[in-house]
Amino acid sequence: MNEATDNIIVFDKVNKWYGNNFHVLRDINLNVRRGERIVVCGPSGSGKSTLIRCINRLEEHQEGHLIVDGTELTDDVKAIDKIRKEVGMVFQQFNLFPHLTVLENLTLSPMYVGKMPKKEAEEKAMTQLKRVRIAEQAGKYPLQLSGGQQQRVAIARALCLTPKIMLFDEPTSALDPEMIKEVLDVMVEMANQGITMICVTHEMGFAKAVADRVIFMDQGQIVEQNTPHEFFNNPQTDRSKDFLSKILGH
Amino acid sequence: MSVAPRTPPAKRDWSWRSQAFRGLLYQIIAVVIIGGVAWWLATNTAENMRVRGIKSGFDFLTQPAGFDIGESLSKFDSNDPYWKAFLIGVSNTLRVAILGIILTTILGTLIGVGRFSRNGLVRGLCQAYVELFRNVPVLLQLLMWYLLFTEFLPDVTEAKRIGDIYLSKGGITFPKPIWETGHLFGVAGLLAGCVVAWFYRRWARSKFEATGQVRSMFWVPVAIVFALGVLGWLVGGAPSQFAVPAKGEFAVEGGGALTPEFMAVLLGLTLYTAAFVAEVVRSGISSVARGQSEAAQALGLSKGQEMQQVLLPQALRVIIPPMTNQFLNLTKNSSLAVAIGYPDVVSISNTALNQTGRAVECIALIMLVYLTTSLLTSFFMNWYNAKSAIKER
Amino acid sequence: MAETIIFQSLPARPAPVNTEGLVPWVKNNLFANWQSTLTTLIVGGLLLFYIPQFINWAVLTATTVPNADACRAEGVGACWGVITEKYRLIIFGRYPFEEQWRPLVATILMVALLVMSCTRMFWKKWLVAVWIVVLAAFFILMYGGMFGLTEVQTDRWGGLPLTIMLATLSIVLCFPIAICVALGRRSNLPAIRTFCTIYVELIRGVPLISVLFMASFMFPLFMPAGVTIDVLIRVLVGVTLFAAAYMAEVIRGGLQAMPKGQAEAAASLGLSYWQTQFKIILPQALAMVVPGIMNNFIGLFKDTSLVYIVSLYELTGSLGLALNSDADWRPYKLEGYLFIVAIYFAFCFAMSRYSLWIEKQVNKSKLR
Repeated sequence: MNEATDNIIVFDKVNKWYGNNFHVLRDINLNVRRGERIVVCGPSGSGKSTLIRCINRLEEHQEGHLIVDGTELTDDVKAIDKIRKEVGMVFQQFNLFPHLTVLENLTLSPMYVGKMPKKEAEEKAMTQLKRVRIAEQAGKYPLQLSGGQQQRVAIARALCLTPKIMLFDEPTSALDPEMIKEVLDVMVEMANQGITMICVTHEMGFAKAVADRVIFMDQGQIVEQNTPHEFFNNPQTDRSKDFLSKILGH
Repeated sequence: MSVAPRTPPAKRDWSWRSQAFRGLLYQIIAVVIIGGVAWWLATNTAENMRVRGIKSGFDFLTQPAGFDIGESLSKFDSNDPYWKAFLIGVSNTLRVAILGIILTTILGTLIGVGRFSRNGLVRGLCQAYVELFRNVPVLLQLLMWYLLFTEFLPDVTEAKRIGDIYLSKGGITFPKPIWETGHLFGVAGLLAGCVVAWFYRRWARSKFEATGQVRSMFWVPVAIVFALGVLGWLVGGAPSQFAVPAKGEFAVEGGGALTPEFMAVLLGLTLYTAAFVAEVVRSGISSVARGQSEAAQALGLSKGQEMQQVLLPQALRVIIPPMTNQFLNLTKNSSLAVAIGYPDVVSISNTALNQTGRAVECIALIMLVYLTTSLLTSFFMNWYNAKSAIKER
Repeated sequence: MAETIIFQSLPARPAPVNTEGLVPWVKNNLFANWQSTLTTLIVGGLLLFYIPQFINWAVLTATTVPNADACRAEGVGACWGVITEKYRLIIFGRYPFEEQWRPLVATILMVALLVMSCTRMFWKKWLVAVWIVVLAAFFILMYGGMFGLTEVQTDRWGGLPLTIMLATLSIVLCFPIAICVALGRRSNLPAIRTFCTIYVELIRGVPLISVLFMASFMFPLFMPAGVTIDVLIRVLVGVTLFAAAYMAEVIRGGLQAMPKGQAEAAASLGLSYWQTQFKIILPQALAMVVPGIMNNFIGLFKDTSLVYIVSLYELTGSLGLALNSDADWRPYKLEGYLFIVAIYFAFCFAMSRYSLWIEKQVNKSKLR
């Protein structure tokens, strides 16, 4: 396998600004291997959400190259459509569609984007719902579910397009403490099945358990990247030492 | 290792599949379609006007109008040109709109506040008023008031007299102060009073900030303005001549007069819009969270301070935008005056249109007048909103 | 060792002063303190003075005999005879007398359709089909020319059917325009955004009457030579374009209130712009602004009275038609006005109550 196919995501000197003066991503260089599981952490405002939102073009970068699964992300509409079919995303606020039932939330994209027959889409949706252990709620509306259940539905929804890459944008930050575990369990299970995952989270237990690599960001830059074991036990920079002492302080 | 912040590059990808290109394409298509329709309408209109021999252009504005105007702020006779008639129309529109806005604010606020009264009877009456007046078309209300003023009042020759005020089908006639140069001193006094009051407020505020002494920021300035006004009037020789109306053989003569048309339009618009203003005021007041009032009381503010410093500023922020909308609605609704013959700008344009056949020009003039008013108001509102918005993250 | 203290709750007892029921309500709301008592006495006194007078005029001494002489008699109050005599002319305008069952049936159909559309139970796909059928039936009944119905030209349509038709049709027709304009105003394409903004601000800046003047005087000039369009259609187009600007603003309010995450989630699932708008954003945004739409409809219903100024005889106009030329009945125009005021009020009041109710429903579903 050569390097080009081995790396499913390549950031090459990517820069991004909000407006003219807020330089939110600065010279990002990052290669993600196929099947790699990465946890991104860092203080708020460090650009970690922006980084992963660039991968499915919810944010556009203005400088540098960003190649996802062999396709460079530019202003090209076809490229964007292709990438979005291959990249699933889970949001902090779930963003389920409240006017559709759980099942309809899941079948929407396969039917309208994947042009799948309704029956097939529903079967697929039920498989995914079983996978996140919530099949019995298929007929309910999202707002009738608890936060943890909603987030699991959101994960199932993202999986319905059989994505090659899954992005998680602080998936447990909006959840009550007792619901975090049920969502993390589902994520650990997914991680063990070999999908490429990039996860912005502060759940250090999760990072230790499944991540191949931890990326620490600050002020729009990647400050440090390392295996979880090395990162937590032997941080290299003063910035990451400081950060770890704050989040692990208690 | 930190990368210095830079500003973003300004480059775009213009391949035919790029979003930028697609966006431009859609916009060009939109411009072409809209431009095409506009061009089609314009050529049709030009062709139709040529076939029917309709002249176009605004040159008719300088020709004599050939009609009289029932009421105007300045003298107008039928030899005066159209442009003057238009100006009088505009001034009549503004007159009824401005008076209407003032009256409707007062009435609407009273009724809106009345819905929070501790007295159940007052609450019920205020609600009944709102429901009744806002659920009947304003045009119908105007027509009804006009009917009442013209059919149910005595003839001019038998005008009803209350003091020096006469009421009849010809309208209402009342004593009017005769203008003398002495009044000028009074006006000057009022202006001077405003300036002094402004300085007083500034002084009182700095005093308050420096020493914590509270001085009246409302009643004292009002008293200053009033006192200086009266003083100026006295210095001017206290002119107090009134033109008192008297019943003549065929009409009530002298004094100031309001026509039934004007009164019907003013009353109809005021009563109708007041119902909406009352709702605006009510929802504004109830929008201020109860916690705010409790917090103010917990800080030990008095009832008046609570109202002035905490509740009012927040309620006003909610009230003012929809209130402005209602004022604009009132101004636009004043165009209904055409139905009862009050010579506002629509009514005069309508007459001009029927006489000259210049439909495009006359309707354009009407729209221009209202658009100018609306746009000026919304520019002001945007400025005000930007200024008063609560700063949030 | 200290003994465990056993907690014993006090039994609940009633409040020492009765705070519920009629008597405390009257005390608290009418005679709470001397200011309130004074207000009650003054306001109550005025009401006791004027309401009996009005009832006396409107009911006790009123006559319903359709005879102008009876009305002119001494001591007679309201002359409702003008209604018994002229109600068909007022309600149906100049529609041919023998054929007036047609507008009656058409109006009932239309009102039933509106009531149905306001009932959540019927919010199904087939409601659209019902709309099309009822609108078609309305026009067939009104215009005729088929199924053995004689043809009735639109210039003879009038009264309540015209009012209801103008309001309903323009609100329905303005919807697609309003949705496009609302989306356009939020588009990131500057030319489209500018056009939509200009349209909305232009229309909202001018009174309806000027739009109606345009429809009636300028519209004929816009059309190619030889094409003439019925005045009813021209007015309908004018009112629709007018209503669309206001509706667009209501819908834009709903769009603005949508959390950004919904569009982002749709985009991350690969949905296109139009799919996102029609499947995700609009269904939610429209449900949120149903009260605003309803208020627009009430406003439009009242505003249809303006078409009387460009000589279409809806309710207000047909009243003038019925009374202005009849010297016998002309003095009783006030009663005529009160009659149509009652009709307008009944419709608008019912709709505003419905609007309040639906607003509560919307708020409830937000809390759910």
